[in-house]
Amino acid sequence: MKRRIRIGEFLIEKGIATVAFASLGAIVLIFLFVFREAMPIFAMAPESLSGGHESISATGAATVGVSASYGDPVGEAESYGDPVGEPETYGDPPADTSRSGSPAAIDPAAPTTPPTPSTTGEPAGSVLSQILSGNWQPVGDHPKFGILPLVAGSIKVALIAILIAAPVGVFAALFTSTFAPRWAKEAMKPIIEIMAGIPSVVIGFFALTILASLVQTVFGLDYRLNALVGGIAMSMAVIPLIYTLSEDSLSAVPKHFTEGSLALGAPLWETNLRVVLPAAIPGIFAGVLLGLGRAIGETMIVLMATGNAALLSPSLVEPVRTVSASIGAEMAEVVFGDPHYVMLFVLGSLLFCISFALNAVAEIFIRQRLMAKFGGAS
Amino acid sequence: MNIPKKWVGRGVALVTGGSAIATVVLVLVVIGIVVQGGWGHLTRDFLLGSPEQGMTKGGIFPAIFGTFLLVTLMSLAGVPVGTITAIYLNEYVGQQSKAGRAIRFAVNTLAGIPAIVFGLFGLGFFINFVGGGADKVLYGGALHWGQPNILWASLTMALLTLPVVIVSVEEAIKTVPRELREGSLALGATRLETIWKVVLPQSMTGILTGAILAISRGAGEVAPILFTGAAYFLPNLPDGLTDQFMELGYHIYIMSTQSVDVEATKPIQFATTLVLLILTFTLNFSAIFLRWHLRGRALR
Repeated sequence: MKRRIRIGEFLIEKGIATVAFASLGAIVLIFLFVFREAMPIFAMAPESLSGGHESISATGAATVGVSASYGDPVGEAESYGDPVGEPETYGDPPADTSRSGSPAAIDPAAPTTPPTPSTTGEPAGSVLSQILSGNWQPVGDHPKFGILPLVAGSIKVALIAILIAAPVGVFAALFTSTFAPRWAKEAMKPIIEIMAGIPSVVIGFFALTILASLVQTVFGLDYRLNALVGGIAMSMAVIPLIYTLSEDSLSAVPKHFTEGSLALGAPLWETNLRVVLPAAIPGIFAGVLLGLGRAIGETMIVLMATGNAALLSPSLVEPVRTVSASIGAEMAEVVFGDPHYVMLFVLGSLLFCISFALNAVAEIFIRQRLMAKFGGAS
Repeated sequence: MNIPKKWVGRGVALVTGGSAIATVVLVLVVIGIVVQGGWGHLTRDFLLGSPEQGMTKGGIFPAIFGTFLLVTLMSLAGVPVGTITAIYLNEYVGQQSKAGRAIRFAVNTLAGIPAIVFGLFGLGFFINFVGGGADKVLYGGALHWGQPNILWASLTMALLTLPVVIVSVEEAIKTVPRELREGSLALGATRLETIWKVVLPQSMTGILTGAILAISRGAGEVAPILFTGAAYFLPNLPDGLTDQFMELGYHIYIMSTQSVDVEATKPIQFATTLVLLILTFTLNFSAIFLRWHLRGRALR
């Protein structure tokens, strides 16, 4: 009797262990399958990316319908086609391998907007130079899959979001954890949880209906939906993350740091700014990195608030289309196995790599902080 | 440097305090605008009716029902797996063991992957690989499982919310006093019996909190279901796992960007947003309350 139970328990415990490894398995599967679907890109002939491919779907027009009603300037892409202004984009994983191909290789792919048959006949170069070209026109007789405008769009929106969210989040955390009385810190917690709980589609809706008009009026902009609106809206999704991690980090600074500084005669503000804040920098930096990852990967906000026009321009107040928004808007329309489908998975792999790298770096900083904390305590 | 230090100090306090207040105001403004825009339209007919006249009139019941179905299926798949993982991490492997660290790393990574990538995974794995494979084997290639449906969307969402469950349950398991486990083991109970009869009952609140937080997150995420099962409009409610479904968040997205008349449907958009906000806030507040309850027990 007793032995039988033991055997059963042994099996159940093995089962528990197996299930527990499910999340590990999930990561491996996500990695495998997102990259597997993106793999054909390397086997693909350049022609299938540059043109001559049959039109993808009749409903494809609905994809750009979002932006069309707000004056979608996709057709003017070539007038902004200046790919030199975005050196950051070369830092991305797929770009690294192609550094040998000079930036000049980018230009040939951005000649005329109504794609003429001449595009097909043109020496297309490698697949990578196609991908790194400045035109993202996935739908039509001669689809072009240059991801530069999308990457530039993602970077623009994420940078604006971080430039707003990082100071606001860190300062607010500094205030509640050092200057403010204890009740303020306690009162702030549920507010931040509420903010973190607002679904991104609600933030996107708010940006689309309220914020866009406000920003347009205040700054007198030509386009209602643009990178700036997307960035401001995105900062609302990122502030809770940065606040929480900064707050954790600031609270973990040992009390005797503050007391020592105050005892030496430094005023409170100087203590907070020059002693507490620097001591918490690793955690704050980790928060900012995670916020950046969130801003790059977030889909619904940019899908609704940035205008979704794949332009390559240095301007921050023109519509942009980000990597994540392209996947979100176009994936439902594509045919399985089609070059467009593969390209969207390539974009997904790119997002996966970026978020993975940012998380790993942030993790290192957080661990460093913990080590410092335990080191300080002993 | 003629500025007196007193003024710099005040400036610093003002800037940091201003940031905190601005954050609070921002949250209140967003909520206020949504409540103000949607409250008037929030009637019984709206909540219990179906969209009419090309989605320019009528209610959102199918979307509410779809959301409910989605989070239910998602919880059924995700909560047990998350709970078991948390138990394994805390009861079977140590903090520093290889297995524990590998799983923790996976959970952290999972939490950081963008929602849209989960959508791609759902499409590539569940729909094309599992669904498509099942169709080939069971239906000779006829499209049955290999297309977007509520099962694949729920499983995708379960994966997305798995870290939320694991973190919550772990937090609860950690508050179970060591003495209870030791007492149980000393009385001759096996490790599994201890977990089943002592640890799990004590962690029920945490499991519930995890489930609630996961549901709140799942109800709010739209990106993973954009192409794994959500539908623009369906005349009937889904009545099987292979059906597509309408969903609140997706409904907001569709109505505000691709509706035939975006201006005329503004009240519907606001009211739908309000319903989604009320849903997520109610869930979040119950989770906060439960966690507060749990912390109280940990202190005793």
